[in-house]
Amino acid sequence: MTDNVHTGNVHTGSIPDERPPANTVGPVAWLRNNLFNTWYNALLTILIAWLLFKAIPPLLDWLIFSANSFGTPPQVCRQEGGACWTFVSEKLRFVMFGTFPYDEQWRPLITIVIIIALVLASCDRRFWKPWLGLLWIAGLTAVGVLMWGGVLGLTYVENTLWGGLPLTLMLSVVGLSVAFPASVLLALGRRSQLPAIRVISVTYIELIRGVPLISLLFMASVMFPLFLPTGVNFDKLLRAQIAFIMFAAAYMAEAIRGGLQAIPKGQYEAADALGLNYWQAMGKIILPQALAISIPPLVNTFISFFKDTSLVIIIGLYDLLGTAKAALSDPAWRGFYREAYLFIGVIYWVFCYSMSKYSQKLERDLHRGHRR
Amino acid sequence: MASKTRDTARPSAPGGVSFSLSDPTVRAVFYQILVVGMVIAVGWFLIHNTLDNLSKRSIATGFGFLEREASFGIGESLIDYHPRDSYGRAFLVGVLNTLKVSIIGVVLATVLGTLIGVARLSSNWLIAKLASTYVEIVRNIPPLLQLFFWYALVSESMPPVRQALNPIPGVFLSQRGLFVPVPSADPVWGTMAFALAIAVIAVIFLRRWANSRQERTGQPFPIGSATLGLLIGLPLIAYIAGGAPTALDVPKLQGFNFVGGVVLTPEFFAILVGLVVYTAAFIAEVVRSGILAVNWGQTEASRALGIDSGKTLRLVVLPQALRVIVPPLTSQYLNLTKNSSLALAIGYPDLVSIANTTLNQTGQAIEGVAMIMGTYLVISLGISIFMNWYNKRIALVER
Repeated sequence: MTDNVHTGNVHTGSIPDERPPANTVGPVAWLRNNLFNTWYNALLTILIAWLLFKAIPPLLDWLIFSANSFGTPPQVCRQEGGACWTFVSEKLRFVMFGTFPYDEQWRPLITIVIIIALVLASCDRRFWKPWLGLLWIAGLTAVGVLMWGGVLGLTYVENTLWGGLPLTLMLSVVGLSVAFPASVLLALGRRSQLPAIRVISVTYIELIRGVPLISLLFMASVMFPLFLPTGVNFDKLLRAQIAFIMFAAAYMAEAIRGGLQAIPKGQYEAADALGLNYWQAMGKIILPQALAISIPPLVNTFISFFKDTSLVIIIGLYDLLGTAKAALSDPAWRGFYREAYLFIGVIYWVFCYSMSKYSQKLERDLHRGHRR
Repeated sequence: MASKTRDTARPSAPGGVSFSLSDPTVRAVFYQILVVGMVIAVGWFLIHNTLDNLSKRSIATGFGFLEREASFGIGESLIDYHPRDSYGRAFLVGVLNTLKVSIIGVVLATVLGTLIGVARLSSNWLIAKLASTYVEIVRNIPPLLQLFFWYALVSESMPPVRQALNPIPGVFLSQRGLFVPVPSADPVWGTMAFALAIAVIAVIFLRRWANSRQERTGQPFPIGSATLGLLIGLPLIAYIAGGAPTALDVPKLQGFNFVGGVVLTPEFFAILVGLVVYTAAFIAEVVRSGILAVNWGQTEASRALGIDSGKTLRLVVLPQALRVIVPPLTSQYLNLTKNSSLALAIGYPDLVSIANTTLNQTGQAIEGVAMIMGTYLVISLGISIFMNWYNKRIALVER
């Protein structure tokens, strides 16, 4: 009391900052607010913590601690119990590249690198320029040369030998890049004022969206040969690719239609008032805005499409899932399905998860533009 | 609309009809004829080739093959089926199997998805994190891979039939699936079904009466407990009146497999669990965004009016959230139904798998694929119509 100078009720000098109340900060308060705020939450927290305690140690044990290191033969793995990572190291090249000639497998490896680089470049908005299209054409040509070979001193490899991750990536990337222009046309057709064109677009889109992808793949594998004139024949890979393009075009058209519908009518009217014809109005005014809005749903379509490429196993192509399944049918390595599926599951997951994160980031960026 | 006003504004040339392409009406007709012509040309080309190829391979077209004997067995069926039956009946078995897995899958996925969606919004950090981890993992792995995993889990990790696990007396778990005892057939089941039907009708009338009374007098009626009481009580009374039979049809090991009881086959288990787990992740996101879409002010206003929190959720938040939820939920149901065709890959006899066997045996590729597509279109259309009707019922009535 004697230290402080009091002049009536006025406090001169500064008071040291009060610490916040102990029950609002610190780990204990966090626990109380986030895990034990009500009696039933406390009960649930304890229940889940107990379940996790029961589940996670055995899982980690299987994955890491009792796992058999690379090189352990399968017979030993079977007795020991833990995960058998030898399976992955032993079958890695088969699972990744399928039956591509062993000595030439650097070619599909470079293919993977090129495709991933192209996709990453397309994700950056600074690269959204006309020359990106040229880059894609150049990249895909390089991929074709690498995979088929037959030129530049590369030995020719039949596409029936392709498999694994390059096949998955190529089916997705080629499918999407061919389906994209088609889907823009379909979306415009669905919004067209010309009834015949609208009816054709709507019928196509709804027909494809109403049936499962498997039935389209069936159509590709058993009906396409009947559709073509005698003597002309596509191989299995191309037929599957066509089925995927037909499928993707319908779904992407719906994503783009959402974007088209979000463009205010004033934009169409302004384009008319400027005397632009239909294609000028669409190409210069409507589509640039509509496509920007539809990128997040389009990326979601890409994700489901990427997952759906695994269905080619049903018509006998060996994509990533197909090669893993084929590796499992080796009698010496039967029963290691957990390791196999975990391994390719992680690969699929990394691709899909990064795409979905990218889509969420784009959505935030686009919203920021709208908010101004 | 805009083009029509322009059409009328432009007078046609005097003294005759001009066919200039700068006239929007003429242009519209011209382009449509062009596109339709192209579609017809492509269609004709394909049909011509197909007929040509079919006559060269001497394959008869038409659905006559449906009458012929199928001569292949089907693992599980809801109706009686023999390899001696026709292809038509085999296909019907497949359609029923598809419907069975789709309907059970839709119900379970909705329940699981709603739980997880609500869990993601929980104030409990652990629950919210766990739910979002589930969603992020499951959504980003191909459903076919998940199906293979579930199938391998049963068919490779379970013991063979002779060493079947027997966790509860009468229940057996082996590579051949899960065998559970069921109550033996008894006339009382028919009576109970009849009692349930009466209960449903009674509930409908009771609800109508309770609504009109509340509108007239403002007195609420405990309709929830009354509904539950009727739906459980009436069949229970019928069961007790029928002598309360307790005989069970217990599965027994006979030869190489179990006989009796009800079996959950590994194929059905894998396709059902796979579809439910996968679709639930998407439904969870739909539910979460639906609940988030309802303004918090609605809850506050409702509480300010003195409505308790349970009723706030039921009468204020949920009806508004449902409007946002139903359209994307419909497409998830459609996805689940279409994904049930993945059953082919693990050998569950759904309609695609049976049509596939059929077209391999008969060579009737076009008819087989057409039947698959037609059936799925009908199922999709049915779900769409039902969900649109439901959506209209809960939609905001604007004046």
